[in-house]
Order: sequence, then structure tokens, then C-alpha cells
Amino acid sequence: MIRLSWFNVTSLTLGFAFLYLPMLLLIIYSFNESQLVTVWAGFSTKWYGELLTNESYLDAAWVTLRVALVSSTIATILGTMAALVLIRAGRFIGRTLFSGMIYAPLVMPEVITGLSLLLLFIGIGLDRGVVTIILAHTTFSMCFVSVVVSSRLMTFDKSLEEAALDLGCSPFQAFRLVTLPIIAPSVISGWLLAFTLSLDDLVIASFAAGPSATTLPIKVWSSIRLGVSPEINALSTILIGIVAVGVISASLISKRTMLRQMAEEQAAERA
Amino acid sequence: MPETKFEPWNDPNEKPLIEFRGVTKRFGTFTAIDNQSFDIYTKEFFALLGPSGCGKTTMMRMLAGFEAPTEGKILLGGKDIAPIPPNKREVNMMFQSYALFPHLSVWDNIAFGLKRDGKDKKAIAARVAEMLKLTRLEKFANRKPHQISGGQRQRVALARSLAKAPKLLLLDEPLGALDAKLRQDTQFELMDIQETTGTTFVIVTHDQEEAMTVASRVAVMDDGRVVQVDTPDRIYEDPNSTYVADFIGDVTILSGSVTPKDKGYELRFAEGQPTLYADSDLSLTDGQTGYLAIRPEKVAVSPEKPEDRRNALKGKILDIAYLGNLSTYHVELPTGQVVKAQTANTRRLANRPFSWEDEVWLSWSDSAAVLLER
Repeated sequence: MIRLSWFNVTSLTLGFAFLYLPMLLLIIYSFNESQLVTVWAGFSTKWYGELLTNESYLDAAWVTLRVALVSSTIATILGTMAALVLIRAGRFIGRTLFSGMIYAPLVMPEVITGLSLLLLFIGIGLDRGVVTIILAHTTFSMCFVSVVVSSRLMTFDKSLEEAALDLGCSPFQAFRLVTLPIIAPSVISGWLLAFTLSLDDLVIASFAAGPSATTLPIKVWSSIRLGVSPEINALSTILIGIVAVGVISASLISKRTMLRQMAEEQAAERA
Repeated sequence: MPETKFEPWNDPNEKPLIEFRGVTKRFGTFTAIDNQSFDIYTKEFFALLGPSGCGKTTMMRMLAGFEAPTEGKILLGGKDIAPIPPNKREVNMMFQSYALFPHLSVWDNIAFGLKRDGKDKKAIAARVAEMLKLTRLEKFANRKPHQISGGQRQRVALARSLAKAPKLLLLDEPLGALDAKLRQDTQFELMDIQETTGTTFVIVTHDQEEAMTVASRVAVMDDGRVVQVDTPDRIYEDPNSTYVADFIGDVTILSGSVTPKDKGYELRFAEGQPTLYADSDLSLTDGQTGYLAIRPEKVAVSPEKPEDRRNALKGKILDIAYLGNLSTYHVELPTGQVVKAQTANTRRLANRPFSWEDEVWLSWSDSAAVLLER
């Protein structure tokens, strides 16, 4: 074990405090008995109970989840296809334009993306609701999937695909049986990225959402304007919990797989 | 027993398995293969040998179907293969990186091609078992590629490419990733497997020793052209150019003007030096420039001038490379040119006769050196 100097300890404490103190406060106040968020009046879990009976929050959560699932799946399919074309098709006419257009939403201000989508939906007479939020989220999260998948494809050994063709695969079979299983981790992380982006998006969703469907971030934002309620704290605590469990288990799993793979490779070389 | 000797290229009735007919391949303005024609016969172990960038890999990729010739035709069993995509060709390839599928076990890697053919499960299992036995991998069938050593991976790649019993197997630098000792063992293993399966092998390599060891015929390539196609011994003893002579093994090349004499030519390579003689079938004109290629092991080193040989040169030992079984002497002539001579160390070190700076005589027989036109 390395002994930490007082300087290390101080910087570590400050760093963690900077990152997590606000969240810690939020979690503590979610267990507050009082109606007033900033006044502590004893421990209680009543806000969690109220949250579960509040229909409008549950509806919003359900919409958010559906939108995230569907839009991240579509974005993953389209984004992976775009990445394949960019990395594999070599030089074709308009390639630079194509890649620029795929990556543009990464740097495009969300307000502009949202506004232009709103204009489009009005223009074609599409009623704003779940469908329009899904479309909007797919549009802006697709480029993130493309970035993740294409960076993996750049290091992908092309001879693996050639070997599959050589052994009798059609190009599509080669993709399905060889390329996809190998790049699966990056496709999955692309999907997760799109999923979380969709979960917490406020700006684009508020342009694309209509009276028939509201997502959780919009709901939270609009109720904050009427004053912070302890219910929101409870909701946020649940979300923090879900995210923490997800992140920690994902990193544990990937670390274990990596260690096992290293051990096996060493064993193979010794044999 | 000349009738059992494997020499289909000398038999006019034998039909070649592969025919390159005026094949040219260009990438943009770069010409990788320049109008080449040659044949490969059934059951041959054919080596494409050359430095990197000479076009040998392009040649192989055209056979596999990953590149198409810009001009000319490649025939497999008499049929043009240009319109056949790689997955429909009866050609399999073993990749330089092995290209094993990392997500599949050794067994599934070998079965991969068979499954694509839609064979029934029993037949696939039987064929995979046969391949595992052939490559001595039975114990590793359930391992993933990252769980086995480099040599074993190489054998999996070989088993996978042989499983479909292709008419032609392509090997792209198959032993490049192995260490020297394993390489040698594997070379002999490859030859055994080639003989057992009776498959035609085409190997691409930049390692001349490897090509000479495994191949029935070697095609020496340079800059998009096949310079010479011949058996290993003829490539070594009868090179058709200084390029081939220099690329294969060690050689000293002396150039000068030639004069016909006896059954060959006399070469005047430097002022004040004796002329050198070599038997030759070439038809050169008097005074034309010729190149004399002399292999070091054919040059004798002696302290006195040998009386019985016409080719004798005096020089000073510049360097001695002691290789254990052999010693190579670099002998500097008074003109500054260096001639290499190699002797077998039949005696122990203490009794070796020559040392640095010694004045010695180099000599070789009339037929030892090869006279070349270019």
C-alpha cells in the first residue's frame, strides 16, 4: 500500500467533495420529514411513498424509458451502419461530406437541433408526442454511436472478415457471424451511451414533446419552477442509485473479464 | 527412378491447375503486377519469394479473390476465376495474422467453413476431428484462440483453411510470427501435411531459406515481375540474373568484359588481375559485359597458389565470420573488391589455419562460377 502524503489526501478530499457533496445533500434531504427542502425535521421515507402514488411522475418515467429504449436501439442500428460505411467503403464520392454530416450533431447546439426538428414536425403535420421524441432522440444520439463504433472498427483486423468470406460466407453472413460478435462490446456501449443521453435529455425533448407525452427531465424541470419539492429529491436519489449500481457492476464485470483473459493468455504462452 | 520424380512442369501433357495469362494489376498509377504469365501445377508446393512490396501478396490476393486483375486472366482448372467471388472459390487462404475468430473456440473455428457449406452435423464433426488429429490439436478443441500459444494458433489457422479440402491453399507468410526453432519444425510439418492431403499449396514468403526448404518450385519476384520460376536447386545453382543470384543465398559478383574460350568465356574483371574462366551456355559477343556469380562454399582457400586451377586470385583476409560449423572469409583483392569464401570447420578451433591479415589464395573450378548476362 502506498502511503498518501497530506497533499494527496487534501486534493483527493477536495476533489470528491466538489463532485459529490451536492449529490450527498440531495440524498440526505430526500429522507427529510419536512415539506421544506432546506429545513431538517427528522428522518422519514414518506416522500418515496408519495412518489410511487404520483401518477404524473410514473407516467413521465414510463414515457422516458420507452423513448430511451426505442430511440437508442434505432440509433444503434443506424449509427453502426454509418460507421461501417465510413470505415469500410474506402473513398467514395461525397465521403468527406457524409462523415461531416454524421458528426455535425455532436457539436451542433441542442437548441438548434431541437428547433429545426420542431419546425419539421410542424411542417409535416406530425402531432408531437412519444413518436416525435423518439425521432428527435434518434437523430442526435446516432452520431455518438457512430463515433464509438467507428473507433472500434478502425482497429478491427480486416483479415478476419476476409477469412470469413474465404471460408464461404456471403458479405452479410461475414458481418453477422464475425464482425458483429467481435465489435459487440462497442455496439453495446454505443447503445448505452445513446440510452443515457436520451434518458437525461431536456432541451431537445422539450422541443419535441407535446401535451400528450412528457419525459421525466421535462417533468422535473417544470415542477422545480414551482418550487423544489422533497419528492423530486426522492426521485433523484432513486436515479442516482440506479446509475451507481449500473456503473459499478459494469466496471467490475469488465475488470474481471480483463483479468481472466490476461491470466489465460499467460497460461497459454507458458504451456 | 525418373518416372516417380514429381516434375509436372516438364511434362507437356500435364494441364496446369492455375494459369496466369498476362496478368497486370494497378492500384491507381502504381503497377503492382506487370504483365505476368506462369503456371502452377496440381499438388505443387509453389513459393512466391521476394522482398516486401514486390507484388507477391497482391498475386496471392488475386488468387483468393480479394483483388481482381486490371488486365489479363487467371485460370483455375481452365476456367477464368475473375467472375467468382471469394466465398464461391475452391481456394482457401491462411492469413499472415492467422485471422482466427476470437469469439469462437478452436473447434468452431475449424468447423466455420464446413458449416457455411450446409453439411450435416455428423459429417462436420468427423471432418473437424480429422483436422484436429492432422494438426495435433485434439487437446485444445474447446479453447479460445487467446488461450493457446502462437504455434498452436498457426496450426489452427492451417486446419481451418484445410478443412474444406480446397483445390488450392494459399499461405501468406505462414511462419512469420514464429521463433526460429519452431519455424523450422513447422516447415517440415507443413511439407508433411501438404504431402498427406495432396493439396496444391502456394506460399508467399520473403524468407529465402523457407521457400527453398518447403517448395517444389520457387518464383523469385522483383518489382511486380517474376524474374525466375524454377526448382530450389536450379534457382540456387543456375540463377538467370544477378538479382536472383544475389537474393538467394550468399554470392560474390564480379563484372567485366568477356571473351569466348573453350566451352565458355574468359572474364577480365580488373586491370592487373588474372582473367577468370567459367563454363557457360550463354551466347555472348566478344567484349560484352558479363557478370560472374561465385557462391562462397565453392571457393577454396589455400596458403599457396593451387597449380591445377585456372581461377586463382590472391588476397588478404579482411574478416572471418565464425558460424560454428562453417567459417566465412571475406578476402580483399588488391583492387579493393571483396570475395567471400566459405569452408567447413572439420577441425577444432585451435587447428584453424588462417587468421586476419593473412595473405591467401582463392580458387575455384571451371564449372563452379555462373556467368550471367544481366
